[in-house]
Amino acid sequence: MTLLQAFPLHHYLIISAILFSLGLYIVLVRKNAVAILMGIELILNSTNINFVAFSRYATQAISGQVFAVFVIILAAAEAAVALAIILNIYQNLKTVDVDEANELKH
Amino acid sequence: MERYLWLIPLLPAIGAVINLLIGRFLGKRLVSVIACGTVLVSFILSSIVLYHLLKLPSENRLIRDIVYTWINSGTLNINLTFLIDPLSAIMIMVVTGVSFVIHVYSIGYMANDKRYARYFGFLNLFVFAMLLLVTGDNLLLMFVGWEGVGLCSYLLIGFWFEKKENAIAGMKAFIVNRIGDFGFTLGILLLFWSIGTASGVWTINFPELRAHINVIPPATITVIAILLFIGATGKSAQIPLYVWLPDAMAGPTPVSALIHAATMVTAGVYMIARMNFLYILSPTAMLIVAIVGVGTAVYAGTIGLVQNDIKKVLAYSTISQLGYMFLGVGVGAFAAGIFHLMTHAFFKALLFLGSGSVIHGTGGEQDIRKMGGLKKYMPITFWTFLIGTLAIAGIPGLSGFFSKDEILWKAFSSAHGGHWILWLAGVLGAGLTALYMFRLVFVTFFGENRLASGVMSHPDEYRDNAGHTTHDKSHIHESPPVMTIPLIILAILSIIGGYVGIPAVLGGSNQIEHFMEPVFASESGCKNGVCPIEPPSNQLHSLTTTHEPSSAEHHSTTTEILLMLISVVVVLFSIFTAYYLYIKKSELPAQIAQKFSGLYNLLLNKYYVDEIYQIIIVNNLLRLNNFLAHKIDLGMIDWLVDNSARGTVRVSTDSGWVDYRLVDGAVNTTAQGVLVGGDAMRRTQTGLLKNYLAWAVGGTIVIIICFLLFVI
Repeated sequence: MTLLQAFPLHHYLIISAILFSLGLYIVLVRKNAVAILMGIELILNSTNINFVAFSRYATQAISGQVFAVFVIILAAAEAAVALAIILNIYQNLKTVDVDEANELKH
Repeated sequence: MERYLWLIPLLPAIGAVINLLIGRFLGKRLVSVIACGTVLVSFILSSIVLYHLLKLPSENRLIRDIVYTWINSGTLNINLTFLIDPLSAIMIMVVTGVSFVIHVYSIGYMANDKRYARYFGFLNLFVFAMLLLVTGDNLLLMFVGWEGVGLCSYLLIGFWFEKKENAIAGMKAFIVNRIGDFGFTLGILLLFWSIGTASGVWTINFPELRAHINVIPPATITVIAILLFIGATGKSAQIPLYVWLPDAMAGPTPVSALIHAATMVTAGVYMIARMNFLYILSPTAMLIVAIVGVGTAVYAGTIGLVQNDIKKVLAYSTISQLGYMFLGVGVGAFAAGIFHLMTHAFFKALLFLGSGSVIHGTGGEQDIRKMGGLKKYMPITFWTFLIGTLAIAGIPGLSGFFSKDEILWKAFSSAHGGHWILWLAGVLGAGLTALYMFRLVFVTFFGENRLASGVMSHPDEYRDNAGHTTHDKSHIHESPPVMTIPLIILAILSIIGGYVGIPAVLGGSNQIEHFMEPVFASESGCKNGVCPIEPPSNQLHSLTTTHEPSSAEHHSTTTEILLMLISVVVVLFSIFTAYYLYIKKSELPAQIAQKFSGLYNLLLNKYYVDEIYQIIIVNNLLRLNNFLAHKIDLGMIDWLVDNSARGTVRVSTDSGWVDYRLVDGAVNTTAQGVLVGGDAMRRTQTGLLKNYLAWAVGGTIVIIICFLLFVI
């Protein structure tokens, strides 16, 4: 029995869904900005798993895997930018607690 | 020749315009030169016109000059046309000649007046209007001149308007004139309408009127004649509209001389003479004219007898002499009336200017009771005044004798209503004239001077416009030559002016009557203004058949000379009476006045006519005025206006409420709603990233669920 038959697609999809939810949970709940960034990474990686799984199981082409490379690059760039923003927030507010950055409150 | 007729009225008009508009800046000398010069040139032109007229054969003595087409409507043509025939030739000579003399006199009399230029402007304007009146060839143009002289009379009477009485006198003159003018206008309209409907020719110019006058029924002619005569009573100060003329003495004396003696007041006589073809057809109207004329003559004479203001005596004398002129034209003696107009212009202007000289020389005194003995202080004034008085009294040899005598003779003998009663009344008037005029001369110039003895009763009023205020006899002086030379000129004219009218019975040829014959020929066969001459007896034949044709020949030369002698005797008797009363026994008049104090007061107060008019007419008119003003104008109309204003305010308040409550309410509620909504929506802006993300995720889940439910 091949690996593709032993582990059907939905196994991977479930894993990525679980990872996605965990990442979403972190983004919504954690106070620390860096933690929120980690959560975003988790979400991005879970989508990567999704892409690769579909590319392996559902088609002969490898577009999904190529796209996953894109996503990784994007994640890196985005992490750099986000960290720059957090740095600025820290310099202005002396904390990385996102609850403190509420100047747009009514 | 015709081309230049329009210059005669135009030159004084130009003088008036210049002097009125820019005279203030021209200096007194230039103003005088312009004013007198224009009138002088007009006089010279009038003389030239007269000369040309005399060269024409007497049937054709008519010059017309159509200057401008004024009204041209269908068959109606009324143009600015000047007409010179013997009648208007005499008038323009008299008007321009006497005006010139008076203009020169005014240079001296008004020398220190602060409105010098305006005075001369008005005077020139008057001459222009008067010339328009006498040379106009249709009734409308004559009426324009008629109104124009009335206007100038008003302006000049009220010239010293700082004193209220002068302004009121001016108003009185204009208003009383206007009443007469109303009759005049009605007459013109009735004439125009009746001649148009009866003959189909719609016209009011004199030659055509004369040609077509016979088509109008006699009753209408009488009415027209009477209406026109009402206008004449206003303008020429006859009963009942004479009341303005004594008050008009408030104006400067040269104005009184020119306007209220020599020219304007004669306009009524001129009008009747001009419309002779109308009056000849209505014996009733002529009788009325004659009776009013001679009645006024006697009436005014009685009032003049007791007046104490030198100018008022002369004013009533003017009214009286005008009565004579109307007597003349009222019995068909048109030439005699105009002849008297001419001689009267000379001696009355002389008398008025002489009185002005007296007023000037005595420093503003006008009350003859305060004068006396002036003949040694003012010899030239005295002698010329005496000549004028002799002329007006009708002493043989001077002009007044010939003209007045002609009228009296015609009043007795004329076939158009001559009657011995009219003659007798005329003689009575002549006696009164001589009496009051010589009273004036004796009291003013003879006897002892009373000037220093009394306190001046009106110190400021009579401040002479030459600035003199001295009132004692040491300062009485003769007037300067610029004032005395006109007196001398007029005196000469008063003497020789009558020699153009020496009647046949005295050996003369009565040139003036023959000169004017074509104008007064009553034959209606005149075409284009050319009227064939009739020998005098045929002239009377061609009238209505109710007269005995030979009545003219009944009155022989003997009668004429006899009547002449009677009038001369009456006049001499009056002069002697005046001498007796005012020189010989000078206390007698006061005693007579006291004895007949009722009559004396009646005469002194001018028969209380002014007061009667005031009570009956003026006060009631004023009452009507007040009623209309207060009850109707203020009461009703203003009440309407105020209440509509109030209503408008109320309506606007109500609609304001609607505006305020409803409209603004809607707007405000909407705003309120937005605010409340906004308030609610604001809660979502927590500023916390977490919340925003939570909402986003929640929204995504909802979309997915919906997607799953409804699409799959």
